[in-house]
Amino acid sequence: MQEKSKSDGAFEPKLTAFVCNWCTYTGADLAGTSRLQMATNVRIIRLPCTGRIDPLFILKAFERGADGVIVSGCHPADCHYTSGNYHARRRFAVFNDLMEFVGIDPGRLTFSWVSASEGAKWRDVVNEATSKVKALGPFTTYPNAGLALGEVAHASA
Amino acid sequence: MARIGVFVCHCGENIGRTVDCTKVAEALKNHPGVVESVDYKYMCSDPGQALIKQSIAEKNLTGVVVAACSPHMHEKTFRRAAFGGGLNPFLCEMANVREHCSWIHEDKEKATEKAIAIGRTIVEKVKRNVPLETIRIPVTKRALVIGGGIAGIQAALDLADGGAEVILVEKEPSIGGHMSQLSETFPTLDCSQCILTPRMVEVYQHPNIKLYSYSELESLEGYIGNFKATIRKKARSVNEELCNGCGACTQVCIQKKIPSEFDAGLGKRTAIYVPFPQAVPNIPVIDRKNCARFKAKAKGILKEACGKCAEACLKGAVDFDQEDRFVTEEVGAVVVATGYQLYTIGKDQPEGLQGYGEYGYGTIPDVIDGLQFERLASASGPTGGQILRPSDGKPPKTIVFLQCIGSRDPQKGIEYCSKICCMYVAKHTMLYKHKVHGGKAVVFYMDIRAAGKGYEEFSRRAIEEDGAIYIRGRVSRMYRDGQTIKVQGFDTLAGEPVEIDADMVVLATAMRPQPGIETLAQKLSVSYDRHGFINEAHPKLRPVETNTAGIFVAGACQSPRDIPDAVAMASATAAKVLGLFSKDQLEREPTVAKVNQDLCAGCFSCEHVCPYGAVEHKEIRDRKGVLLKIVAEVNGGVCQGCGTCQATCPSKSVELQGFTDEQIYSEINALAGCVE
Repeated sequence: MQEKSKSDGAFEPKLTAFVCNWCTYTGADLAGTSRLQMATNVRIIRLPCTGRIDPLFILKAFERGADGVIVSGCHPADCHYTSGNYHARRRFAVFNDLMEFVGIDPGRLTFSWVSASEGAKWRDVVNEATSKVKALGPFTTYPNAGLALGEVAHASA
Repeated sequence: MARIGVFVCHCGENIGRTVDCTKVAEALKNHPGVVESVDYKYMCSDPGQALIKQSIAEKNLTGVVVAACSPHMHEKTFRRAAFGGGLNPFLCEMANVREHCSWIHEDKEKATEKAIAIGRTIVEKVKRNVPLETIRIPVTKRALVIGGGIAGIQAALDLADGGAEVILVEKEPSIGGHMSQLSETFPTLDCSQCILTPRMVEVYQHPNIKLYSYSELESLEGYIGNFKATIRKKARSVNEELCNGCGACTQVCIQKKIPSEFDAGLGKRTAIYVPFPQAVPNIPVIDRKNCARFKAKAKGILKEACGKCAEACLKGAVDFDQEDRFVTEEVGAVVVATGYQLYTIGKDQPEGLQGYGEYGYGTIPDVIDGLQFERLASASGPTGGQILRPSDGKPPKTIVFLQCIGSRDPQKGIEYCSKICCMYVAKHTMLYKHKVHGGKAVVFYMDIRAAGKGYEEFSRRAIEEDGAIYIRGRVSRMYRDGQTIKVQGFDTLAGEPVEIDADMVVLATAMRPQPGIETLAQKLSVSYDRHGFINEAHPKLRPVETNTAGIFVAGACQSPRDIPDAVAMASATAAKVLGLFSKDQLEREPTVAKVNQDLCAGCFSCEHVCPYGAVEHKEIRDRKGVLLKIVAEVNGGVCQGCGTCQATCPSKSVELQGFTDEQIYSEINALAGCVE
């Protein structure tokens, strides 16, 4: 089950990143090929397009114990699918306002456009989001989420 | 029950240096559903791939996870290996532990921990992968080319010579486009019509090309390989089968003073007319707006209506009652080559664009634009190739040429460079100096942009050999003073105002897309920029494709282009289309959206967000044929797999295969350490 890693006393947050395949995922690949060092706290989930990202993914990530979430895709007008990122932008402009309502500090959620050529920007996004969430501390608003965890996972099997 | 095999790659030292690969393999061995977990030095090598194939057979695997580099690097390699081992390729996924882990971290313990987490995430996803089959769609090996200018002609000929059938649609009565109006072409000064008209005739005679002149695309349905085009054949009022192009009708027409479009308004034509002598097809059209018979009919006068052309026609080809007809053609690909129009400097400005009132275009008869100058210089033009002023028919002793009229002027609404004007102005000065010896050609310019083979040499020649005077600066005002035009400008290099008495002024106006391009783009569902130019799929790597599969773009409807550019683009589209036609069936990735029609409530939110128009309406009927409901259906041939529909669907009844909600939620769960 979910454990907050607190090995040497320092809080190491867990961040889930939802990124599009064409820009940010490739940008993160570029960060790798450029050997840009960054925080180890971010785990990437690859999706074809930011348009595919359901706001529920973000809530679910928090519910399942993420301390922070990053959503990133192609810059406006650069979408591989022409307009997916515009739909995403509209969706998350609304969703961002709901964050506090559901009890999540909006500072835990980072939206960013990172193109396939912006490896360095991806590193910055990762580092900044990590230190921001570190400062906010562990996310504990949904303490009982873990209880339902086994059941849900079981049901979906 | 899932039986997953995990294969951890060291990538030599690339992963192994910062990630303890053996530990990763060990950790994943205990992950529920994993029956095999090994590490190997180079997984992408032949022995590495053999290891995967062998394990699939021996351990009876239902899924493969390769923890190695980025899927952009080797997903295809490992999917092929999985297929070779007898597994559906889409049951194999990659966990990126190189670019996203070993290369960006130094702490071995943390990197190993992260690599394990990445591996678990992908294992959880693969457990929910289902076999997918490559989509195969048939291809109709016929192409539709829209626009019969030089780009359309080139594309049609290349396609037809390559063995494809071509439907060429041209909205004007003749093909040839703007190139047929030009006198000579830069940088060689060869006669435009001499190189163009043989190609026009070739189009007309080619057994693989079907030409619809005086026709427009009405609508386009379908998708790549399977389009259905409806073409409106506008009423010519002349029977194309009967007419032999003798020209008797045009000679007797009583309306003789209609400004000729071909001569850019400088010449006159009749109401029943052929745009120019070399027109293809050489079949006249009745201009119903200007024809005496149709005008009288519109006023309700039927008696004594003119019918001279019909009387003169020995073949009985004139048909006043002809109506627009519609034909349907099935095609597999479309080439858009609709070309350009010049910035209309006077009236009729579209929103956001301003005219150039200060230059007196439309009020001073001797202020003309570049195309009009072409007609004056052309041997087939209204003056027979003599440069004469429109006002009094005298040869001008001084001509002032103004560059960048409209172009590079954000205030007037166009910030781009029209690309061809620097060159054609240089050409105009030369043509003028060659024809009017002792004449003076003055050019006001902002910069001379002569990038192209032989272009710089050409523009230098205009200055050095033919003595054109180039003044760097803009003209602020022009007005008529008796027989001359006072041109007041500023020489920015000398830093002083200049005033020139000109006999004629030629404005090098900006290149804009054809009117109605937006409507056409919407019919084709291709995108266009804010000026109306058709957007290419990628500005560098896919310059002649549009974002809609199967629709290609050539020439000046994509951005300002000169003739060599337009021809190169046209040949490129032909190569693309012939490539598409080289197979009987198209193969598409099966990661497309699929609708659960039991759940779908038919709100069509998906249809609104789909960038490709891939969502169709499907009627669900019971056995008696009673309509139960209308649901969404995704056309797998059109869908590109972005998944925006799935995130939008309120009832979650559309799913992107390969990225289903179930798969993604299980990844999210896996990151939290929660697995089944």
